[in-house]
Amino acid sequence: MTSNAIDSRGAEQSASPLSRPGSGGRDEPRPDGAGDGGRSGGSTTPATKPNRARVGAVRPLGIGVVTLWLSVIVLLPLAALTAAAFSEGWAGFWEAITAPAAIAALWVTVLVSAIVAVINAVTGTLIAWVLVRDDFRGKRFVNAIIDLPFALPTIVASIVLLSLYGPNSPIDVQLNATRWGLIVALLFVTLPFVVRSVQPVLIEADREVEEAAASLGASSWTTFRRVVLPTLAPAILSGTGLAFARAIGEYGSVVLIGGNIPRETQVASQYIQQQIEIDRPVNAAAVSVALLAIAFATLLLLRVVASRTQRREERDA
Amino acid sequence: MITVTAARKHYGSFLALDDVDIDIPSGSLTALLGPSGSGKSTLLRAIAGLEGLDGGTVTIDGRDVTAEPPQRRGIGFVFQHYAAFKHMTVRDNVAFGLTIRKRPKAEIAKKVDDLLEIVGLDGFQHRYPAQLSGGQRQRMALARALAVDPQVLLLDEPFGALDAKVRTDLRQWLRRLHDEVHVTTVLVTHDQEEALDVADRIAVLNHGRIEQVGDPVTLYERPANDFVMGFLGSVASLGGQLVRPHDIVLERDHAAALALDAKVADSPGVITATVERVVPLGFEVRVDLRADSGERFAAQITRRDAAELGLREGETIHARATSRSTVVDHDPALAI
Repeated sequence: MTSNAIDSRGAEQSASPLSRPGSGGRDEPRPDGAGDGGRSGGSTTPATKPNRARVGAVRPLGIGVVTLWLSVIVLLPLAALTAAAFSEGWAGFWEAITAPAAIAALWVTVLVSAIVAVINAVTGTLIAWVLVRDDFRGKRFVNAIIDLPFALPTIVASIVLLSLYGPNSPIDVQLNATRWGLIVALLFVTLPFVVRSVQPVLIEADREVEEAAASLGASSWTTFRRVVLPTLAPAILSGTGLAFARAIGEYGSVVLIGGNIPRETQVASQYIQQQIEIDRPVNAAAVSVALLAIAFATLLLLRVVASRTQRREERDA
Repeated sequence: MITVTAARKHYGSFLALDDVDIDIPSGSLTALLGPSGSGKSTLLRAIAGLEGLDGGTVTIDGRDVTAEPPQRRGIGFVFQHYAAFKHMTVRDNVAFGLTIRKRPKAEIAKKVDDLLEIVGLDGFQHRYPAQLSGGQRQRMALARALAVDPQVLLLDEPFGALDAKVRTDLRQWLRRLHDEVHVTTVLVTHDQEEALDVADRIAVLNHGRIEQVGDPVTLYERPANDFVMGFLGSVASLGGQLVRPHDIVLERDHAAALALDAKVADSPGVITATVERVVPLGFEVRVDLRADSGERFAAQITRRDAAELGLREGETIHARATSRSTVVDHDPALAI
């Protein structure tokens, strides 16, 4: 594909001893395309070079429409938000963002979201594993309800959780106005992310690789840790990152069960809402920009990690 | 020595192994040969412990391993599609079995270097499997399997995914490797040429049963039935009996043919046939014939014989089987 790859193959050919059969760097098609599923990191797809001569290539008009759409829907509002955040200058922004209540809200948000993301990474992988590898009655039903928390209006989720864990809890577990309440609510709405990104990779995974590990003496746990997990890691990471990004911006599902107690359970989105209500738009915009930065950094990190693993596994070109 | 006794395996209603008994001597290179669905891979996987049996036992070097998981059978397994650990370098792939056994680093490094040398991959230590060709990946997989010093090496269609040239090279290389390493090796293949080329013993399987076990020459020259005969080389049906096409002699003189045929025990007799086509195949010539009974068959004769006979299409000729011919009574139920 690239001249680099051709060079390296030429080097391989000259380096290999000719007396040995088949070692001449012969380029064979990989028959087990299915086994390559491991590299798809859920959200990333290999970038293809633009080639306008090809059928189906994107014309300038198409590029124009995409750019315009992204500008109007995404970039323009974000620019307006940033402008609002800095409307009282850098000092105003800094003052807004370093207000103790603002810092507390951001800290609660990031802490709770990180815990939720980590729990999701484990349970989501486990759920995906069970759904792909095990057969049980009602599997299709379970598979279908995975997406339900995501599809449900988040305020409905909040009421659902409040009726179970609220002051009138039928099971006598009261999480109302606690951080555990926040965590449960966020776990509820972010359930599908890891499951849905790991599931396809696991379906495509080459079972023979696990059998090979077993034949070499590896226990099930060793096989999982050293062979399966590295294959799933990009997908787990991608799902975890998406769950984290979703959790830091969540409002509806935490608004009732969270209790909105400053420094305790008030998350950034609730703080923003509060600042708008008491007519402090700069404070609201400043914290929003902070959330935006965190979300953006998360996605950026994901892309970097995903493209690194992808490069490693595709260096044959 | 691997001993499999009365092995049975069902997949739903499909009977993959039907009371299979086989002994695989220590140090041998045995091929399990058969068409797809014959149970050869199931048998191999049952020896490895990757497949459980519904009945029967597997013994490796006197130890009953029927209830043991693959981890504790002392095996090395090589898969058709390499089953490489894609996220590990060649070195880490080969070292895997030793690393998880927590052997000393120096010992691992030495062993891996030795094995990479043997399989011809020295200098490739730091590559990833994706950067290797198919043949190289399979040799890496072989080194990985040999690293744990297995009592038996099990190969499941190891060259099936490779192109023809690499396949021939690799199997000769495997043969030489086996002569060096002497580990008891079982190889599954559906390719009779591969089995004849590599193995010192062949077990022919069909419909979950073993049809015949023996060395390549015995199987080729004295097949137990016409399935084995048909699977190990081409056959012609001569007067209701199966004969190797190169064991058919063509004569112009009917009387001479009868006289010579009388000396051959169990011969199918002299068949008078019409030449339909003469096809030069380089060293040999294939003659497509139609017997008076309407049965079509082909004879394979040398170029010199063909030149002496001066055969032309449409001529009548007399065919008989030679004395050293392999003749099997044709059972229509086993027809292939």
